[in-house]
Amino acid sequence: MASNGIRDTVAIVGMGCTSFGEHWDRSADDLLLEAVGECLLASGTARDDVDAYWLGTLSSGQSGLTLSRPLGLDYKPVTRVENYCATGSEAFRNACYAVASGAYDRVMAVGVEKLKDSGFSGLLRTDPPADGTASELSLTAPAAFSLLDPAYCAAHGVHPDGMREAMTHVAWKNHVNGARNPKAQFRSEVSKEKIDAAPRVAGRLGVFDCSGVSDGAAAALVVRAEDAYDYTDHPVFVKALSLAAGPMRGGMDPAYDFTTFPEVVRSAQDAYAQAGITDPARELSLAEVHDCFTPTEIVLMEDLGLSHRGEAWKDVLAGDFDLGGRFPVNVDGGLKSFGHPVGASGLRMLYESWLQLRGEAGARQVADARLALTHNLGGRPGGCVSFVSVVGSERGQGS
Amino acid sequence: MTLALQRYAAYLPSGRLGAADIGTAAPRVVASFDEDSTTMAVAAAATALAGAEAAVDAVYLATTSPAYLDKTNATAVAAALRLGPECFAVDLAGAARSAMGAIRAAATSGGLAVLSDVRVGRPGSADEKGGADAAGALLFGLGEGIADVLAQVSLSDEFLDRWREPEAVTGQQWEERFGFERYAELVRSAAASALSSAGVSEADHVVLVSPNSAVRNRAGSLVKGASTTRTSPVGHAGCADVALALADVLDEAGPGETVLVLSAADGCDALLLRTTALLPERRQPRPVAEQVAAGSPVSYTAYLGWRGLLQRELPRRPEPDRPAGPPSARGAGWKFGFAGTRCDRCGFLHLPPLRVCRSCGAADEMTEVSAAAVGGRVATYTIDRLAYSPSPPVVDVVVDFDGGGRCALEVADAAPESLEVGSRVELVFRRLFSAGGVHNYFWKARQVAGPSNEGGS
Repeated sequence: MASNGIRDTVAIVGMGCTSFGEHWDRSADDLLLEAVGECLLASGTARDDVDAYWLGTLSSGQSGLTLSRPLGLDYKPVTRVENYCATGSEAFRNACYAVASGAYDRVMAVGVEKLKDSGFSGLLRTDPPADGTASELSLTAPAAFSLLDPAYCAAHGVHPDGMREAMTHVAWKNHVNGARNPKAQFRSEVSKEKIDAAPRVAGRLGVFDCSGVSDGAAAALVVRAEDAYDYTDHPVFVKALSLAAGPMRGGMDPAYDFTTFPEVVRSAQDAYAQAGITDPARELSLAEVHDCFTPTEIVLMEDLGLSHRGEAWKDVLAGDFDLGGRFPVNVDGGLKSFGHPVGASGLRMLYESWLQLRGEAGARQVADARLALTHNLGGRPGGCVSFVSVVGSERGQGS
Repeated sequence: MTLALQRYAAYLPSGRLGAADIGTAAPRVVASFDEDSTTMAVAAAATALAGAEAAVDAVYLATTSPAYLDKTNATAVAAALRLGPECFAVDLAGAARSAMGAIRAAATSGGLAVLSDVRVGRPGSADEKGGADAAGALLFGLGEGIADVLAQVSLSDEFLDRWREPEAVTGQQWEERFGFERYAELVRSAAASALSSAGVSEADHVVLVSPNSAVRNRAGSLVKGASTTRTSPVGHAGCADVALALADVLDEAGPGETVLVLSAADGCDALLLRTTALLPERRQPRPVAEQVAAGSPVSYTAYLGWRGLLQRELPRRPEPDRPAGPPSARGAGWKFGFAGTRCDRCGFLHLPPLRVCRSCGAADEMTEVSAAAVGGRVATYTIDRLAYSPSPPVVDVVVDFDGGGRCALEVADAAPESLEVGSRVELVFRRLFSAGGVHNYFWKARQVAGPSNEGGS
């Protein structure tokens, strides 16, 4: 993949994130104001000093007016972006490029989603008028991702009980982490027995194998790397930004076996090249990954190069990715426990990285955190968009 | 050259209402929630046309339960069968007698008579107990066939025996004995006329069907066949009745035997046939008797929900959007004919059709190919308890087709307990859901009996 990257060209100097959850009493406007306000405060920046905005939302509004109206912005450029569940990361990616290009000095990336006003479970689709034949019509997201489970077992000779145990461990771990996060939607530990006994949603996925459907917003202020220390003593430098949109071949190619996301493999390789990373499991300190459903996190460990093929399920069970394990994953609770307000999730992953790299993560602080990866995915097995970023605490670090 | 009956097929849906649930001696044959007169017509016609070589010039679809009014349903049947724009596709909809209208049209000018019905009765009614859902197809064409037409006689009469207001789901019946007396005379007269005009003293087989239950109950005493006399094999199946009963005879009759078909509906129509030496080799693959004996139980409450006679709680998911007209028309080859595109350069099959090859990147070098009649095996599967469906849960499979191509599809008549990776499936044309007054027709996968893991890689 040909990308030059913008390693150490821009930095995050402030972030904000609302708590995620069922905010029956707060609108998308309220959530935006809170996240943006916290971000401005953290960076010591006045609202009018922000030169441009990129707003990510899947379905909570259209156009830049979704942000300019509640904030009362003074004719600033605001671009609304959408890229399925990677929407928040997409807003961040474009904000970084806007600063790197020299067009603006200070750009804010904002993500918001208000999912709990619909009265329905799960995500709602907003598809253009069509012929009614798309498999997405009948196959909901949990069903589409549940396909990973039997396929993984078959491809790697894993007994279904072993896979179930690994899936349960992912849910259990992310609840343990979420219990240590005051902003998480689910802030309590859940026993493995309770996870196993939960009502089935699709395939072998139970309620606890699914991410939390929630409301929330997050924001990041991006400036030129050389200006970063003007805003904060602990900026977070952007090492890599990669995005891969698949050709959706897997859904129509018998060669695809539902045990990998080729888009994730490509975007990870690209991001590691941009950041100069050759051994991600050693060089990175932690990862925030797209654990939309528990088998997804297992497969992602392999696609991101953090486990060998066919071994992630064992690594998960060995506690490798627990807080305190060899490589902590989703220490903030992940989509599973922190919640998944779609447009905000990519920025929420960066928010946890921001806290960890600055040593502000409290009870869930990873020791000596220096480089963090965020991975955000939109779509489903067989065809998706995958975003990978690498961010670090020092400019010029790495190989 | 004269027209002859070339091929025939009957289709019985797999659902069976328990005899104990509705107070009958035998289970009642019911169409699934995703079946209607159009989809069952496709199922019967596809079986009848399998192996037929000549182009089908006309499709006459007869039904008392049309999926649409103001819009021809036979065009959907023709599109699903990929018969092409030259085929004259027309509905004969309304009463059971429309069946004989379709048969007469096909027998007189050639073409396919497709007779299909979903018969709904109020809970506890005679139509619930004594009705059935089914379809049949009869192909008439030039050249030696499986049966020659010796005579056709039609007598019409106006009296109130069965009727239904256009907006009503269920119909009404006058006292059966009133209709029986009218029909008895009409049946005897039409039978005598048909036999005498062909110079036949007695038919080997007599088939007598009627929406009037008294006529069905006394079929054996009204007109006798030398060898067999029979009526509806499964109860009154509307327009499909006559095709089912005739198919039941053709499943067993020997060559050179005469079959007198009598349909007593608003008069009496008689069709006298003589089977030929070709019949034994062109019998339908699954005899009516075998289809009657097969089937899977359907719970009574599920059935009432399917027919709108019981309002069940819907899942907390939005109802799907109605299919849009222009995309459905642009994609008719895919939606109705399950036609994808095969790359001329590398052979990769795209389901649904694409213009740029997913494998080699060639653009606009594609040939349209239908995989509707191609079987496949299950690559992976899931049970979706969250998805909106008229009959949850939705069972989904990813199908790898024999000879290439993959597609994710819903499973029809699903038996998830016997579903596994490698299971064989075939495609069936179904109604996925209806939204905004539009029926969403598309193909589903259906599990077929037989060993897994054959024919795949």
